[in-house]
Amino acid sequence: MDRKQIITVKNLTKKFGDVTAVDDISFSVGEGEIFAFLGPNGAGKSTTIKILTTLLTPTTGEVSINGNDPTVNPDLVRRSFGIVFQDTSLDDELTAWENMEFHGVLYDVPKKLRRERIEQLLKFVELWDRKDSLVKEFSGGMKRRLEIARGLLHHPKIIFLDEPTLGLDPQTRNHMWEYLKDLNKKEGTTIFFTTHYMEEADRIADRIAIIDHGKIIASGTSRELKEKTGKDSLEDAFLSLTGNTIRDDSASSVDNMRAHRRMWKR
Amino acid sequence: MKIYILWLRQIKRYLRSKSRILGSLAQPLLFLLAMGYGFGSVFQRAGEGNYINFLAPGIIGMSIIFTSVFTGIEIIWDRQFGFLKEMMVAPMSRLNIMIGRTVGGATVATMQGVIVLFLSILFGFHPYSVVGIFLVIPVMFLVALLFTALGTMIASLLDDMQGFQLIMNFLIMPLFFLSGALFPLDGLPKALSIIAKLDPLSYGVDAFRSLLINSSHYGLGVDLVVLSLITAIFLGLGGYFFKKIQI
Repeated sequence: MDRKQIITVKNLTKKFGDVTAVDDISFSVGEGEIFAFLGPNGAGKSTTIKILTTLLTPTTGEVSINGNDPTVNPDLVRRSFGIVFQDTSLDDELTAWENMEFHGVLYDVPKKLRRERIEQLLKFVELWDRKDSLVKEFSGGMKRRLEIARGLLHHPKIIFLDEPTLGLDPQTRNHMWEYLKDLNKKEGTTIFFTTHYMEEADRIADRIAIIDHGKIIASGTSRELKEKTGKDSLEDAFLSLTGNTIRDDSASSVDNMRAHRRMWKR
Repeated sequence: MKIYILWLRQIKRYLRSKSRILGSLAQPLLFLLAMGYGFGSVFQRAGEGNYINFLAPGIIGMSIIFTSVFTGIEIIWDRQFGFLKEMMVAPMSRLNIMIGRTVGGATVATMQGVIVLFLSILFGFHPYSVVGIFLVIPVMFLVALLFTALGTMIASLLDDMQGFQLIMNFLIMPLFFLSGALFPLDGLPKALSIIAKLDPLSYGVDAFRSLLINSSHYGLGVDLVVLSLITAIFLGLGGYFFKKIQI
């Protein structure tokens, strides 16, 4: 591969007590790439994202984001990415504009530029006329849009999107991906996302990795995955790789583990 | 600047929740009026003077300890509603996040304390000098800082609000009742006197009394030294535990 790798993960393992959430995974994402990270619930997607974004420290293994190790230089890593979390992370008691302003200040965006971008981004997600409304009055879709706008405010080199389109209508979803693809083309922003909509990954991602039970079981372009499994659609390829069983419980076992651990801390 | 915006957020949230402001004023007022007027004549007959005057600094201490522990514990909400994640992935140190939040919470608690001070003046409290009123505000802030840091520490160790009631009943209530907020510290039984000495709120209330009614048990100097030391320790511990929060 000729382009620079902006995310590299080597032999990454994360354990919560006896439970191994991420089991010795290695992968890399090139600069400017759109990368989809797929897997059933509880496969280790969110844990991996949390490690890449400095929220969790790995048990073993090496991670490099834009040339920095999240455990050594967390602030340099934090400056280089934006993130849209799976569940909302807005302050309900503040207005849309204040949430943006707060973010801009935390990421050292100079005042003039901050004001310009806030206006531009809020207009883009069609929330400009609601900028002074408290976020608690917003619908789920509006909150999502605001979070996406916020994640882009500091013009990060990488943007992490953890199931960003969950609960969005097709119009908003299309609109969002149009913008992200445009950003990817114009600014070379690397996009790392997870989703359960296979058609979305198929259409948008340059490359895909599939994780299950904490291990990466396949990676490549959508076409390579289809060829490898001999299926016509990515959804079928995904199912043939990960099986048909529903394992919500492996997610909750990790959650339970963590809950237990926290309880013991008391 | 980043610390300022964290501070500003706390202030905005406080000013926007009118019901919270009113709600947290009702309890100290009830104590002041019911106990102040209820025990007033007994206190007077015992030769201790005006009970309202004695009680008001204690009630100010009460509103500060409750508000500040509560604002510290609000981190649990931030975690549940996800906003903590937004702060944790931002390029700023955990220590600065904790300082911004704590100073913001302490400011809110000080504002609450000032409101209670003025309300109690309205209901018959006579501070002995105007200068004292101005001097007591920074001391209120110091006490507020101490207990916000304590709240932060607790919040970093709990992960939902279920433990909150426990903390209220086994930590905050005893800290308040055993502090001398309601009774004079002179001539207490030995055990109670020792407990009061270990209670940081005792020194806070004592400092308030020293500045507002010119009467003190430990002496203002001792109060300020003890309060500053404990605040420094709690801020350090709060910062340490906050750093260990995993999301």
